[in-house]
Order: sequence, then C-alpha cells, then structure tokens
Amino acid sequence: MEKFGFSISKGRQINYDSNDRRVAEFIIENEPSFRLCIACGCCSASCTAGSFTRFSLRELNILISRGENDLPRNDLKKCMLCGKCTLVCPRGVNTRNVVFLAKQAFRKFDSYAI
Amino acid sequence: MNIEGKKVIWKDYQKEIADDRFYYVRSCVRQNFFPGSETAFLRIMRDVLGKDVYEHPCHTTCTGIGYHGDIVPVETTMTVVARQFSLMNEAGYENLLPSCITSFGLYTEILDTWHHFPEVEEKIRKQLKKATGREFTVPKNLAHASDVIYKFRKEIAAKAKYKLINKNTGEPLRVVDHIGCHYAKMFPSKGVGGAEYPYVLAGMVEEWGGQVIDYPERRHCCGFGFRQYLVQANRGFSIACSKEKFESMQPFKPDMIITNCPGCPMFLDRWQYVINEIEGKRYGKNGEGIPVFTYEEVAGLVLGYDPWDLGLQMHQTDCEPVLEKMGIEYSPEDKFNLYADKKSELHNSFVKA
Amino acid sequence: MEAAGRLAKSGFHVTLLEKETSAGGHLNDWYKLFPDRRDSSEVKRYLDDLMSSEQINFLTSTTIEKIESKGSSYSLMTNNGENLNADSIIVATGFDLFKSSRKEEYGYGIYDNVITSADLEGMFRKGKIVLHDNTTPKIIGIVHCVGSRDEKVGNLYCSKLCCVTAVKQAIEIREHLPESKVFCFYMDMRMGGAYYEELYREAQEKWGVNFIRGKVSEASENIDGKLIVKVEDTLAGRPLKMEIDLLILMAGMEISEGSKKLAEISGLNTGENRFFEAIDNHYGSNISNLPGVFYAGTCTAPMNITETISHARAAVSEVQDYLKNGKS
Repeated sequence: MEKFGFSISKGRQINYDSNDRRVAEFIIENEPSFRLCIACGCCSASCTAGSFTRFSLRELNILISRGENDLPRNDLKKCMLCGKCTLVCPRGVNTRNVVFLAKQAFRKFDSYAI
Repeated sequence: MNIEGKKVIWKDYQKEIADDRFYYVRSCVRQNFFPGSETAFLRIMRDVLGKDVYEHPCHTTCTGIGYHGDIVPVETTMTVVARQFSLMNEAGYENLLPSCITSFGLYTEILDTWHHFPEVEEKIRKQLKKATGREFTVPKNLAHASDVIYKFRKEIAAKAKYKLINKNTGEPLRVVDHIGCHYAKMFPSKGVGGAEYPYVLAGMVEEWGGQVIDYPERRHCCGFGFRQYLVQANRGFSIACSKEKFESMQPFKPDMIITNCPGCPMFLDRWQYVINEIEGKRYGKNGEGIPVFTYEEVAGLVLGYDPWDLGLQMHQTDCEPVLEKMGIEYSPEDKFNLYADKKSELHNSFVKA
Repeated sequence: MEAAGRLAKSGFHVTLLEKETSAGGHLNDWYKLFPDRRDSSEVKRYLDDLMSSEQINFLTSTTIEKIESKGSSYSLMTNNGENLNADSIIVATGFDLFKSSRKEEYGYGIYDNVITSADLEGMFRKGKIVLHDNTTPKIIGIVHCVGSRDEKVGNLYCSKLCCVTAVKQAIEIREHLPESKVFCFYMDMRMGGAYYEELYREAQEKWGVNFIRGKVSEASENIDGKLIVKVEDTLAGRPLKMEIDLLILMAGMEISEGSKKLAEISGLNTGENRFFEAIDNHYGSNISNLPGVFYAGTCTAPMNITETISHARAAVSEVQDYLKNGKS
C-alpha cells in the first residue's frame, strides 16, 4: 500500500441509529426521572468535581442518551457522589442515582470487552 | 419523491445567460487534470453551435485559488480581476464566461461586493490605474461555462450521436450530478435551480437521456476547499468528505458522476484510488469504481468525439464501463498512444484545432 | 364569531362577512386543543351557539372589494355587488399558515413523508397516522420553528404556539402509536402559557418523547424512502444524523392573504412583521389607525384560542365605547 502521508479522518457526527443506547435504557428503567432532564446545566454549575476537572454531568447525561458512551465511561469516575447536583435540579431528577446506575450499566455491558 | 415539487423550485431560480459573443477565461489547473475539457468546450461552442468565443492571450489566473488559500489578500485579487475585466473591455466583449467554478464564485462575489460597497470599487479602480494604467467596466453578463452548455443542451441533444442510455438494457444511465460549492451555495440566486436542488447539470443529463439520482449527501462538499488541502497532513479531512459522498451514493448504484468544477472531479476521481489503497473499498459494480466526468467530456461523448481525444485516458478511475454501456465506438489499443502513433481511424481532427 | 356573538348579545346589529362557505376558520381543521387536550369541536359548538342570534346577518363566500369612509360611518362593497353600511367595523381576518414548501431544505412537497403540523391534525381527525405508502411510521421527527424566527423567509418573529403544539402532537402520536419513538428538534422550548410547561414535563416523563436541541439543517431521502435529517445536538456539541420515517414541520403563522388585500384597499397600517398594527401595544391593541375600525384576534399577532377570544371581547368593548361615547 502506498504511503500517502495522511489517513482518512473519522467523522464526528453522532450516528444516532447505530449507537448503543443500552446504558441509557438501563438508567431509564431504574430511575425514570432521568427522562425529565432538560439539560439546563444547573447540576454542572454546582458540581464539586466540575470546578476543577473537565466534568459536566449535563454533558454526560446528553451523551449517554444519544448513545455516545466513550466520554461518560471515562469521566464518570470523577464524580464524588456529593449530591449537590440533586439539590439544585429544577426538574427533580435524582442525579446521584443516575451516576450510580450509569456506572453499574457500564460494568454490566462492558464486561464482555475485558 | 415528487419531482413536481422540485420543478417548482427550479423555476424560481432561473438566471440570465448570454446568447453569444463570450469572453472565455480559462482555469489554472483544469488543463492539467482533465486535458480535453476546455478544448472540447471551445470545439462545441465554435464548431457545433457556431458561437463567438474569444480568448485573450494576456489573461491571467483570477487568483481565486490563492485568495481561498489565504495566500493572496483580497484586494490584490480584486485588482487582478479588474485587470481581467479591462482586457475584456479592450477586446470588445461584455459577456464573461469563466471555465472554473471557483472563478465564477469569485467574480460573483466581487461584483456583489462592489454593488454593495461602491467605495471598494473606486479604490480598486485607482489601484489598477496605478499598477497598470488600465481602466475597466464590469461585465454585463456573467455565466459559467456549464450554464451555457445548459442553455444549449437541446441543440446539443439534437446533434447527439449517442445518448446517456444503457445500450444493453435500454434504461437511462443513472447519473450522479455534483455541483461545485462556489456555484450556487454562496449566491443561490446566481445558480440555475438554486442551492438545494441545483438543476444546471440535472437539466443536461435529462435532456441527453440520463436519469439523475438524488441521494442524501448530494449537497455535501467534495472536500477540496483550498486552504486545508494545500497541507498534506490535512488531506485526510478532504478525503473523508468525498468518502461520505461515495458511501451515500453507493446504494443507488450510479453508473457515472458528472461535475462542473475543476477540483471536484479531480477529487472524486483520484480519491477512489486512494480509498481503495487505504481501505480496499470500491464503489462501483463488480469491483469497479464510479467513473467521473466533467460536463464538457459528457457533451463531447454525446456528440461522438473520440474518448481519447477528450482526454479520458487521464482519468484515474477507468471510464470504459460507461463507454461500453453507451455503446460508444473507441479503440482500446489507442488509449495511451501519442497522436502520431494512433493506429485506428476513429479519432477525428479534434486536436488539430 | 366571538365578537359577533357578544355584540349581538348587547343588542347590536351585526353583519359577519366570511370568505369561506362556513365559519370557524382554522378551528375547523384542528383535532384536540392544548393545554388540556379537549376536543376542538366543543369550542366550535360554543361559537356556533353564539352565532345563532337573530341579530347576526351571516354572509358567506363574501369578501370586501371596496371600503370607503363616509363621514362617521363606512360604506363597503362586497364581491357579490352588495353595498353595506357600518357605523363600526371589527377586522378579524385571521392568519395563514406558513407555506412550508418555501423552506426548500426540508423537502416539503418533494419528499413524500414530510408533512406539516396541519396535515398531522388532519390525520388525527381521520384516526390514522400513516406514511405515504400506508404503512405505520416507527420513528417520527418534529421540526420546530419552520417559517418563524427565520430571516431567510422574512419572518423574524416567533409564532408562539408551535412549541406547545409540537409537544401536544408528540403526546398524541405516542398515544396513537405506542410503539413509536418521537423526536422533537427545537431551538428553544417556548412554553409560555398556563399548563404548557406541565405538558412538556408530561411529554418527557409519561410519554418518553425525546427532545434534541438543534435546528434541522436539511432532510434528504434514502434509497429505502426513509428520511435522513442532519441536526447539531448543540447540548452535546456535535452534529447528529438520524433516520426518520415521518417528518413533521411546525409551520408558523403569517398574516392572511385576505388581510393583506384588506390592508391595501383600506389604508390600515401593518407592522414590520406584516400583521396589522394597533395604535398601542399595551392598552390599545384592538384599536386601528382608522376611526371606528377595530381588530380582533390573530390578524394582529400570533395568538392561541384563549387569547383570541379574550381579544375579541376586548374589541367588542371598544366598539361599545366608541359608539356610545361619541365617535372619536
């Protein structure tokens, strides 16, 4: 094969139809209030971890609902489960449980990959 | 899909295209990529349609490639373009006919800028006078070469020797039309058919017997750009754009691609080879690629010019499948022979002009 | 109809000119009304009852060709050649829905499975939501802000009701088709009315409607007839592409053709948003620039049915004031 000096760039479009949304479905099944999220960002604003690391619960929730699991899988460990996000959520989402369930889901669905 | 809906939109975007007495400005690099195209165009305009097309020997590049590549500042570009206009006035013509889509986009953009900001036009006048002592007036009509072929497509169809129909099945050929971005996306009203459903190439294809395919990524850019492409490492982004188009058009099983820009066919043609080398994937039937043509080459084929005179041997993706389908007579052994060594009598005196 | 009914109740003689063959305008096309999803025919019946008064002279298939001021009253000539005299006029010429084929990139009129919100209401009334080939859609997309908040089509204003209509229709689709998935593509969620936000919450919580913030840039058709939409998921910060079976466009409101014609022949002022312009935004929203001519309803601005009826009652109050206290 010729060496061209470049390789074909990967697209960054979210391909909704081919994404794996089992993590999102698991969370919704066990914590129905997850559906109420409107991504207002109040949780991320109050987040302890978010002040010092690149961690935004709002962003992770959106990515999980779309099935983009790579960033959430790595970042969820930054959450300290302090609960400030649950205090401020205007829609009443139990965000702490969402984080807890997300971690559970990743363990459950990724285990075959090890 | 309801074609009537598209026709309503096509009717909204019609433009004035001049009839005769054109001033032709060539493309910088097109002769390198697709050698026969511009010659074919002039042949068709002068011999087949009997039009007056004039080329000034002193005309230069419009510097569009430099302007878009951030190498040439916009005022320099405008001054060079003003000189082109001045040469056109000198020769006594008013209808500007660029061969390149980027040139067309650039001229449209400059004329629009001068229309809204007359002080910029004044400044350029002064600059041109200082630099070369020339004066200019803006062209009365600006039409791209593909617009003109679109305008005379019926006359060409009347003289056509071959049609865009598969001789074996009798079905029209499935043609993907790809319009250069600078044609209609910048100023939709200056493009035939507008930006969403451009009609300039579709009209030609339909008139000559083919069938136009509408696929999801039809409006997607081929990735040429200029500024990112000049750096080798960035070409991965360009090729990904073309690949997106190919992936999207493959399920529709197109027979060929027709384009009207110098860069787009270069990309769509050559990238198929690169994609095959990197990923091993081909987009045509039976492991072939999808042949890419410029509209002049298609017009030339339809009128019966010899494919090797049109320069089709320079394409990276082999064109023979389409030639076979259309039933065009050509001699395979002459493909890479020089003019003097051509064995068969099929080629005509095309080149001698 | 509300204005005519109220005027009749107060003892005035009213002539109601209607350009169609029956009254009610767009209300005749709707299925269930937000926010409580009650049947539109109930409201229609209420208005029809008001119209049953003998004080009302109801002329259908009638438009105004000429209107002239004659001192303190007006003389109108209709398209049927009738001459009418009026001491006061209420203009209630309503709105037209934005012609969605003007938004070329969504392919309305070109792709078979792109319809408008009005088309969908028609489907609800027939009781069947089907694709062009009579199969049942599984994935349905709703595009907000079609023809509103859009410089390219010349409508900078927000049509106010489309967001709540989208949420209502999303719920109704999920009710009719329990196996379906619904996606709303919005720029903002404008739920400014009593119980509108609660409806939004219900759509998410009870019905599982998905909301993706981003304006759909284009829709195109796949080889198997499905629509591919491109939108940026602004909250995730990345472009998103998905296959949809049925795309519904929330067409906005525009000033009606009849209103435009009336403005030309009468000299009534229109604003920058091309709706009729009242003389004051706060306490004069029914009063026009011609003495004795008043406005009622959506010919002045996008309004929902509740507001339209209130606006009509206010217009009646203005008329009563005008006629009683000297025509000033």
